[in-house]
Amino acid sequence: MPRSSDLFEHDADFGVVGRGGSVEEAFVAAAEAMFGIMIDPGAVAAKESVAFEFEETDVELALVTWLNALLAHARDRGLALGRFELVREGARWRGRAAGEPWRAGFDRGTEVKGATLTMLSVRRADGGWEARCIVDV
Amino acid sequence: MELSRLERIDRWTWTIPRGADERRGEVRLYGDADLLATMDDKVREQITNVAKLPGLVGCAMTMPDAHWGYGFPIGGVAAFDPERGGIISAGGVGFDISCGIRCLRTSLRAPDIEPVARKLSDGLFRDVPAGVGEEGSLKLSSHELDKVLLGGARWAVREGYGVDADLEYIEESGCMAGAKPENVSPLAKSRQRGEMGTLGSGNHYLEVQVVERIFDRVAAAAFGLSEGQVVVSIHCGSRGLGHQIGTEFLVSLAKAAGRLGIDLPDRELACAPIRSPEGEEYIGAMNAAINVALANRQILAHITRKVFGHFFPGQALETLYDVSHNTCKPEWHEVEGARRLLYIHRKGATRAFGPGHPAVPERYRTVGQPVIIGGSMGTGSYVLAGTAESERKAFSSASHGAGRAMSRHAALKRWQGRQLVDELAQQGVIIRTRSMRGVAEEAPLAYKDVRLVAESTEQAGLARRVAELRPRICIKG
Repeated sequence: MPRSSDLFEHDADFGVVGRGGSVEEAFVAAAEAMFGIMIDPGAVAAKESVAFEFEETDVELALVTWLNALLAHARDRGLALGRFELVREGARWRGRAAGEPWRAGFDRGTEVKGATLTMLSVRRADGGWEARCIVDV
Repeated sequence: MELSRLERIDRWTWTIPRGADERRGEVRLYGDADLLATMDDKVREQITNVAKLPGLVGCAMTMPDAHWGYGFPIGGVAAFDPERGGIISAGGVGFDISCGIRCLRTSLRAPDIEPVARKLSDGLFRDVPAGVGEEGSLKLSSHELDKVLLGGARWAVREGYGVDADLEYIEESGCMAGAKPENVSPLAKSRQRGEMGTLGSGNHYLEVQVVERIFDRVAAAAFGLSEGQVVVSIHCGSRGLGHQIGTEFLVSLAKAAGRLGIDLPDRELACAPIRSPEGEEYIGAMNAAINVALANRQILAHITRKVFGHFFPGQALETLYDVSHNTCKPEWHEVEGARRLLYIHRKGATRAFGPGHPAVPERYRTVGQPVIIGGSMGTGSYVLAGTAESERKAFSSASHGAGRAMSRHAALKRWQGRQLVDELAQQGVIIRTRSMRGVAEEAPLAYKDVRLVAESTEQAGLARRVAELRPRICIKG
């Protein structure tokens, strides 16, 4: 399954969905969908990076933890993020993302406050993986 | 929402019949048939799930502006008794802990601001950090931030952001007791370093408004409001620190629930007994986030005063009131003839104490606590007053906003931000924003009719209308 990201409907917020050939690819695509609510990830230069690790055995909670860690590190460093990588070794997840400080020329969307457990699912789909949840804006 | 699945109690009050083997508390949905019909069926499902949580007292309720949330519906109210296994739920508070509205009254009349309206909007847009990626000029050390977490708006006033008189007109007199900075993670604190005095984005805003209509002259006089008067409303919350606390505890409480023997009908209702180490840890962190929100709105009020002072020297911009609408607070309420200390979750709902309540400022005590329903940028907002009836019906709670009628995704497909800004300018509303996409998501028609919400809130007995506010300048987050 080629990597792809999309949004889906929710009354007040946004649903994000990522698809890919592996769980990690689907998570990366979900991150692209989420950051796409705030900014066009393609317009972000990879000038600075953040890296972090976490442990999670529950793959659905891992999606929420991954997305929320990206949001936290992005805001902590004042970065717009546009490139994402994730490696899984058992219950250990190592994430990395790159972007640049927010600047005046960006076409801004809406800030995402957090990824939620609502409509949270990580499942096999069409020969690959699909990861989705609602994010609060 | 399918009204056929509800049972009508009166024109403004509904319930959901329980199945023969369904073990849960009672449910009340407030609002007229037209409003409820626009709500997603998820609202019914979610409030039914809330009614299954341990230690619920009275009914799990939705306000007339309710819409589908995460776990709890937005516009959801539920009370829990700590002495009877009652729970605290991170989902029942939300990510933007203590998001709320500060309303400031001026002594200006609508014609006074017209000659400088454009320049006033320039000044506010320049000085109020708004939108995704914007930071404030105030950078706090870890030590100073802990003082904010403990002191809230009182810290801000001590630091020169405002005056002592503000504090009387803020819930909890500007400082939530029971804050535990040590329960807040280093990452949550770090996220807040550049975010004090920022508006945020989404449905947050700073609006210069004109009192369009008075409904209750006695209450309006007590609130210091009259037709044609200029007021300012600031809608924002606890920013990155609150968001981080919300996300961290959502996952940790979801994991803890099973260990604590709580059978969650929806994992998003992540919760722990109030009287448990996990529950107490969250409450301490949440109270710290409430103080951040109160300090944040205090700083933004100060910035607003400085901008107004440039155009109107000597304008005081007194605080009318500051309400929070994403909280869980311990309050004394009368239940079946007995006074009980209950933890009231208000997720997208406003506290609305009635006349005579000791927590209502003396100036307003005969008419009730001010309640502010924030509307969309095209349709206006409402100031209401708490009622005695609301204590009996909803643990003194009322609506908080217009409530969305359409998803952001759908709104983006339907409207262009630039076009909306131009149309609103034609209607006399100056919009300033760094995000045209954000304006499209927040299109006025993406919200319920705020007039119906305010009317339903009054008819249901939750609060009574005092004044309608028309937007003139909107700094959109």
